[in-house]
Amino acid sequence: MATLTMAQAINDALRVAMDADERVVLLGEDVGVTGGVFRVTDGLIDRFGPARVVDTPVAESGIVGAAFGMAVGGLRPVAEIQFLGFAYPAFDQIVSHVGRIRNRSRHRFTAPMVIRVPFGGGIGAAEHHSESTEALFAHTPGIKVVVPSGPRDAKGLLLSAVEDPDPVVFLEPIRVYRAIKEEVPDGDYRIPIGTAAVVREGSDATLIGYGAVVADLRRAADELAGRGRTVEIVDLRTISPLDADTLVASVRKTGRAVIVTESHRTAGMASEIAALLQERALYSLLAPIERVTGWDVVVPLKRSEEYYIPDVARIVAAVERTLEA
Amino acid sequence: MLRWTSATSNLPVAMEPFRLLDERGRLEGDPPLGLDEVRRLYAAMVEARAYDRKASAMQRQGRLATYAPLEGQEATQIGSVAALRAEDWLVATYRDAGAMWLHGYGWRNLFLGRMGDERGGHPPEGVPVLPPSITVGAHMIHAVGLGWAADLRGEARVSLTLFGDGATSEGDFHEAMNFAGVFRTPTIFVCQNNQYAISMARTRQTAAETIAQKADGYGMPGVLVDGNDVLAVYAVTTEAAERARSGGGPSLIEALTYRTGPHTTTDDHLRYRSAEEVEQWRRRDPIDRVRRYLEGLGAWDPGWEEALNAASTTAVEQAVAEAETIAAFEPDDIFTGMYAEPTSVLRRQAEELRRDLGE
Repeated sequence: MATLTMAQAINDALRVAMDADERVVLLGEDVGVTGGVFRVTDGLIDRFGPARVVDTPVAESGIVGAAFGMAVGGLRPVAEIQFLGFAYPAFDQIVSHVGRIRNRSRHRFTAPMVIRVPFGGGIGAAEHHSESTEALFAHTPGIKVVVPSGPRDAKGLLLSAVEDPDPVVFLEPIRVYRAIKEEVPDGDYRIPIGTAAVVREGSDATLIGYGAVVADLRRAADELAGRGRTVEIVDLRTISPLDADTLVASVRKTGRAVIVTESHRTAGMASEIAALLQERALYSLLAPIERVTGWDVVVPLKRSEEYYIPDVARIVAAVERTLEA
Repeated sequence: MLRWTSATSNLPVAMEPFRLLDERGRLEGDPPLGLDEVRRLYAAMVEARAYDRKASAMQRQGRLATYAPLEGQEATQIGSVAALRAEDWLVATYRDAGAMWLHGYGWRNLFLGRMGDERGGHPPEGVPVLPPSITVGAHMIHAVGLGWAADLRGEARVSLTLFGDGATSEGDFHEAMNFAGVFRTPTIFVCQNNQYAISMARTRQTAAETIAQKADGYGMPGVLVDGNDVLAVYAVTTEAAERARSGGGPSLIEALTYRTGPHTTTDDHLRYRSAEEVEQWRRRDPIDRVRRYLEGLGAWDPGWEEALNAASTTAVEQAVAEAETIAAFEPDDIFTGMYAEPTSVLRRQAEELRRDLGE
């Protein structure tokens, strides 16, 4: 066990994957010599060489499209898109080809590949650098969408993603990269894709989230504990496919649900989860489901970003509302 | 020696297409193939046309969904793919049935695809042909990735991608050509310039005089070839394949041709071009040209032609029968193709569908 940041844990996962399987190659903008703009791939080019850690031209559609060809051709590419806000040029490749080739060829051709994308706000970055539009990917058939909330999960989920027979979009919350340090198991360590985790048990309400907001859910739960409330926290870890059973079981137990995401509200993950809970846990609900999300506005720049990203106060207030209902 | 543009010397591409057989079937240079091989190419073009006409007819009968005819483009499709080895990758489009078939994809699969059956996208094991790209332009980079993967795996395979003149307007054309150039992938870009992107003439796709000259901007050789001359297409593709296989990187081939039919069976092509223009190109038919060449050498006779037609019809009809008698898709089947194993979400949706169907 080593104590690592999430950036280090992802680096470690990539090193383990590349040591174990020479089909694993990395490609993306500045991933080689520079080690990525967040230094997530730092040092990998020295260990594995420029043929397996490829600095590409600035072309997101090209990166994903070439990685797709590599995957169909027998490699296990891990492509990096620098920021989610720059992934849209690659969206056509993901929607039109990456998520479809297995079905289009009825399993004759497959695209086992990972597309790593730093996402989310909280660091006061320039426009396009704080996006949280993960619902676009969760809406897309044929891919899996994974979002770790911390270093240990990031390593375990990424190693599963690289091994997965299907394409995985792997969203890395930017503000977690260096904010959280955890003990991370050495070597090969897996967390199955498609399984949520109950990261804190409680009985009064269920807090549901993924990615960077999970740390805020813990803080909110601490604050509520001081008021004599025990809330359960479900970290989704995978947003497509959703682990509905874990969610439903928790809400049936607590009777109250607050869903927290950093994304825009309309047609976001919180909408999908609320609909799911209505279908499968309605008779257990003691209060309306609350959604605490970003707003349907462009993510504000540094000076007003705090109005957008859900904070502990908003989360606690939402839980209090469900408890009073 | 063919007149490729040179990335290093900035020589302009020849404006006159490279040609070996003129429109009357007279040889203009050294034949790249012996007579038997030319006869095989001829037979393949005849069979491709038989498929194409059958598919158009079946669409009119309501037995196929919308179909994109390839008539007029047989020389480019057959000549380019004939230069490949069996293990080379082919990444083509919805109009490239002739090319895909020649590389092993199977008429049955092509019919199935046009019948609206995903199983058409599953070519026989070992056939390195991707299902046709329906989106325009996004597939060229896939050929780059496939060639790149072959390189990294130490395989001597090249990749060939077919696309139209319209696709060169897509940004994806740039990214594919640029990646291929930068990483010197063993990729052959074959632009079938059939001069129309649905209704838009080639002159509205690019202000460049040729598409071939765009190769220069990506540091790769380009050549303009008569796309209705199967020998010329075969010759330039063979050179490009040899170069790619020996580590010389990608090439761009612009094959100047013409689709003599509509864009698809839903298109009325005489709204945007004249019957005279179409007729002019029919006189440059790629199959007639080879027949005249063979005839001149005493290597063609009506009996052989009849036998070829009969064999083509048999092959095509057999494929139709196979496609039309395939087992029906079950409701569950629409869920089982998406992932290696259906996800919990899809399993539940499959149950809902069965419930809704009253099963």
